[in-house]
Amino acid sequence: MAKTPVSFQLNGSEVAIFVDGGQNLLDALRRTVGDLSPKFGCGQGTCGTCTVLIDGEPFLSCLTLAELAADRDIQTAGGLATGPNLHPLQTCFMENFAAQCGYCTPGMLMAAKALLDRTPNPSREEVIEAISGNLCRCTGYEPIIEAVLEAAKSMQGRRP
Amino acid sequence: MLTVETFDSLSEADRSMRERTRYLGGGTLVMREVNYGDSSFDRIVRSRDPGLRRIGQADNVIEIGAGATMADIVNSQTSEFLGPVAQSVGGPAVRNMATIGGNLFAPNPYGDLTVALLALGASIRFADGTTMEVEQFLTRRSLVRGLVASVKVSRPETGEFRFSKVSRVKPKGVSVMSIAARLPMRSGRVHGARVAFGSMGPVPLRAKGVESALEGATLDEPGISSALRVATDGLDPADDALASAWYRREVARVHLKRLLLGSGR
Repeated sequence: MAKTPVSFQLNGSEVAIFVDGGQNLLDALRRTVGDLSPKFGCGQGTCGTCTVLIDGEPFLSCLTLAELAADRDIQTAGGLATGPNLHPLQTCFMENFAAQCGYCTPGMLMAAKALLDRTPNPSREEVIEAISGNLCRCTGYEPIIEAVLEAAKSMQGRRP
Repeated sequence: MLTVETFDSLSEADRSMRERTRYLGGGTLVMREVNYGDSSFDRIVRSRDPGLRRIGQADNVIEIGAGATMADIVNSQTSEFLGPVAQSVGGPAVRNMATIGGNLFAPNPYGDLTVALLALGASIRFADGTTMEVEQFLTRRSLVRGLVASVKVSRPETGEFRFSKVSRVKPKGVSVMSIAARLPMRSGRVHGARVAFGSMGPVPLRAKGVESALEGATLDEPGISSALRVATDGLDPADDALASAWYRREVARVHLKRLLLGSGR
């Protein structure tokens, strides 16, 4: 069966791959490109750990057909840090103990980044809404909410 | 191995549909079937028809393209009365993907927007130009083969439309049930009510006993008491992981009461 050539921007770099018919974007990122930061959780749109940003908006990569990524701008948690410097969201997640097992963290980070890119100074309710499609079974969510609010404060005046 | 074919127009995609084929809209239904190894299809058809995401209005009728996402509906000034319903669906990522066309086919506990469309008396336009009331469509949903092009719904008067989603997880969870009501008022009394429940039967259902009991009623406790007594008449809830059928029947009248006594949208 013929594969389909697809090229897109991944965390600022051009990527060109071949995808199988019906292959989802998560699988393409992890197995073909080698970006292991987005995770497979439920495969049905319930958990959110596969969340990536497509043209700045959050999408579930496990439910996105890989070939629909063509010519789009994809961001994953793997692209958040700049060299050795963590993104403020990553730093605040660490300092607020917002990750325990860490499996939900890549999706949480990207859902939070989508919010902060659009709403630099969100309310607590806006943070809760932004991560409402992402499940965490360790933290009880409070440390994550605090981390996002703290990251928003720390990013004031130095937007990426 | 699956094959994927993309067509420039929905009409072309519609004509290409055949056995062992699924139409891919936003992906939230079909891709989960792919991920779980559903072997009942080996061909995916999609369309990049620009009209699919259009939300327009002519006179008092809103027409929403089948490919309009929940986020599109939330952000549209034209379909603002459906905004809170679309907002109740999933988190931001799901709302960026899930479409109104897919919602029509979403099984329990999903499909909250369809409950609202049923209460509002909406109709469906298919790619071949035929139309069908949402209520009629729901009675034969598994047999429908044509692709949905758009949904038409008449704009309710201010305060006439009400929607409630009952879930056990806050702020977002799937529906234990959802209730939608269109309550036209004349001289302070209800005339021609349409009330629909989701997750209270195999597909969204109208509560016709409630509708009859509300005819001429005032929306206060004495006025709605007879409607509450028949709240679950004709409904057929199931036991599932979220709630038992017994529980759903017990709480349905409580949530219906809150909806009817609320302020509406």
